[in-house]
Amino acid sequence: METDPWALHPCRPGADPWSLPLAQFDLSNPRLYAEGVWHPFFARLRQQEPVHYCAESPFGPYWSVTRFRDIQEVESQHALFSSEPTVLLGNPPRDFYLQPGFIAMDPPRHTLTRAAAQPAVGVANLGLLEPLIRERAVAILDALPLGVEFDWVERVAVELTTQMLATLFDFPLEQRHLLTHWSDVATSSPRQPGPLRITPEEWRQSMRECLEVFTGLWNERAARPPRQPLDLVSLLAQHPATCAMTPMEYLGNLLLLIVGGNDTTRHSLTGGVLALHENPEQLAKLHAEPGLVASLVPEIIRWQTPLAYMRRTATADCELAGRRIRAGEKVLLWYLSGNRDASEIPDADLFIVDRARPRHHLSFGFGIHRCMGNRLAEMQLRIVWEEILRRFRRIEVCGPPQRVMSCFVHGFERLPVRVHGL
Amino acid sequence: MPTVLFVSHTGVEYPVDAHVGDTVMTAALDNAVPGIEAECGGGCSCGTCHVYLDAAWVDRAGDITEMEEGMLDFVVAREPTSRLCCQITLNDSLDGLVVRIPKSQF
Repeated sequence: METDPWALHPCRPGADPWSLPLAQFDLSNPRLYAEGVWHPFFARLRQQEPVHYCAESPFGPYWSVTRFRDIQEVESQHALFSSEPTVLLGNPPRDFYLQPGFIAMDPPRHTLTRAAAQPAVGVANLGLLEPLIRERAVAILDALPLGVEFDWVERVAVELTTQMLATLFDFPLEQRHLLTHWSDVATSSPRQPGPLRITPEEWRQSMRECLEVFTGLWNERAARPPRQPLDLVSLLAQHPATCAMTPMEYLGNLLLLIVGGNDTTRHSLTGGVLALHENPEQLAKLHAEPGLVASLVPEIIRWQTPLAYMRRTATADCELAGRRIRAGEKVLLWYLSGNRDASEIPDADLFIVDRARPRHHLSFGFGIHRCMGNRLAEMQLRIVWEEILRRFRRIEVCGPPQRVMSCFVHGFERLPVRVHGL
Repeated sequence: MPTVLFVSHTGVEYPVDAHVGDTVMTAALDNAVPGIEAECGGGCSCGTCHVYLDAAWVDRAGDITEMEEGMLDFVVAREPTSRLCCQITLNDSLDGLVVRIPKSQF
């Protein structure tokens, strides 16, 4: 029997996005994303009500900002549109003991914490990491069977991003599956559907386990002389701005880095495979000119938009695109929609590997909270696609993708594929 | 009205009339100076408005904050006079400022 209230929500897959009353638009319905039908709902809002108020949702009322320029405007006013207490639609439960990571902090705390972690993803460190990432990507790709169906998410995307994440934390490689698990737990909760269905007690248990393991690493690294490449735990444990963090602050920042470093690239790695399967003429361009990987990578990141939105909270009454927003109201910045805004990106609904300005997208956000790991993400994708083009004529998607049931994480649970050699 | 001279890595000059209170990044974007990407729009969060100051201007351009220092780790080919031009606000003492644009922001 169907018990999921989202299945009966007026704003759901199967509803006509062009005749549904705008008052009934609630884009937090995770089914729109699980079934991949979100697109026309946002197209209508961009056209008819680009800053939209949803008066009733399971998370209370909230605003949706859907146009590229309006999203930029909100993000550049970080005092008026605060990232505290959270960047997710649902407020943390009242008994929530976790402190937010720096993504959900305003300056000056945000600035200090982010600065401590930043060297891990700086140019110098990335240079040290590149050969390692390539070696691992090559090993994963070389082990793929030709002409036999397998799940790309499990075999390639999760494996590669998790290995990378373990490297960034200098986390024991043989226990790396724990990182994937904690990432999935962190983006799931009984109130906010995500990759897993779990009870609050299971959630807490898993988070305690994460903290315990990482506290061991912290204690080991706090006094250890720095090593190359730099790892995130040592950076946080040794930086004056973060070395006195409470355990819960530490956990909050860890989860941010785990989710940020894991979910996002995992889904872009998969989304690119699907996009090139659906656009064979674009794949042909890449085979003819492999140098186009440089613009392929940002185009994949735009196309996939692995985090669909970020939330801000208005700190004062204000006006946006003619709508009156009041202090305390939630404002969702839908990157997924801004990235399809044709008034800003030519042919925004087309996947084009040789765009003139491929980096002009919102997937990394805008302003002071812009994704810290963006260069790392781009490097990982670049290496993987360089190595794919050297090995495979094409990656055939041979069954329907299974997508994540979430309005926040925009990605894939499973993508059945067959790879074909050159 | 301070003027700023942007010089590309190949030596092409882009003289720009700017406004007191604007950042050097804004002056570049408003005048479509090529090579200043400014992906984060001035948030000191992307490192793609990297420029080299001519030595004479280093002191007048103001101090580098800890945040900018952190982002300068992200730029390709950092030099002693590297700055993120979103962090330099124009005033009359910067009239005639000369900045060189790196070959690439990525």
